[in-house]
Amino acid sequence: MNLTSIPLEYYLALSSIIFVIGAAGVITRRNAIIIFMCIEMMLNAVNLTLVAFSAYLGDSAGQMFVFFVMAVAAAEAAVGLAIVLALFRSRQTVYVDEVNLMKW
Amino acid sequence: MNIQVVLFSLLAVVAIATGILLVTRRNPVSAAVSLIMHFFALAGLYLTLQAQFIAAVQILVYAGAIMVLVVFVIMLLNLGKEDVLQEKFNPRTALAIAMSSALIMQMLLAFLSAPTGFNEIAPSAEKIGSPAEIGNVLFSGYIFPFEAISLLLLAAVMGSIILAKRNIED
Repeated sequence: MNLTSIPLEYYLALSSIIFVIGAAGVITRRNAIIIFMCIEMMLNAVNLTLVAFSAYLGDSAGQMFVFFVMAVAAAEAAVGLAIVLALFRSRQTVYVDEVNLMKW
Repeated sequence: MNIQVVLFSLLAVVAIATGILLVTRRNPVSAAVSLIMHFFALAGLYLTLQAQFIAAVQILVYAGAIMVLVVFVIMLLNLGKEDVLQEKFNPRTALAIAMSSALIMQMLLAFLSAPTGFNEIAPSAEKIGSPAEIGNVLFSGYIFPFEAISLLLLAAVMGSIILAKRNIED
């Protein structure tokens, strides 16, 4: 293979691989903090797609979206970790399968 | 093989490897450290796409602020290794691995079999990624979402203070 520059599809493929690894982590892990970190990784995979499209199409809208996604992720981090703290305080666990009060 | 291709391959391998490490490590602290490495690799990928401002914000906000918060919570809760017996191999894990590898195959086929025709970064990309241009666009076309985000951050700060308080009454 003799590449002189990277086509857009390579960035899309990389970002879909990262996204699916994060999704598999969300499904298989039990620790709420690790599930939270996997969600952050999925958000980052989408950010990579947006930045790649922004650079290849020469349009700044993608980078604006990434900026707003980062702000929402920061807000989500604060609230999500506060929920984990409150959960640990009342149940002494962070494993999601031990918290099944609202499970049907 | 020029420097662009070498950089992309290196950063892509680091990003995927640290992503797999995050999902497979039992110890939450080593998972967090591999996620920090992952964020640095992504910042490098943003630099290869000429998005300087986004790369800097990625390191500041994700690898800095958010991961410090995560590591702080891990230390506060004193989380050790997850019990080996509790996380034994079950059918759900096998199903998750099978379905995610099928999804990866499908997406790779979809992306790599039909080329988009965009093989070069647009010439204007270097200008678009600069902090000055980001600021221009942000404060002209995206001023309403910007204000809405500030409101959201305020609500999140107040919500997390209420949630983390021991008793609402005092």
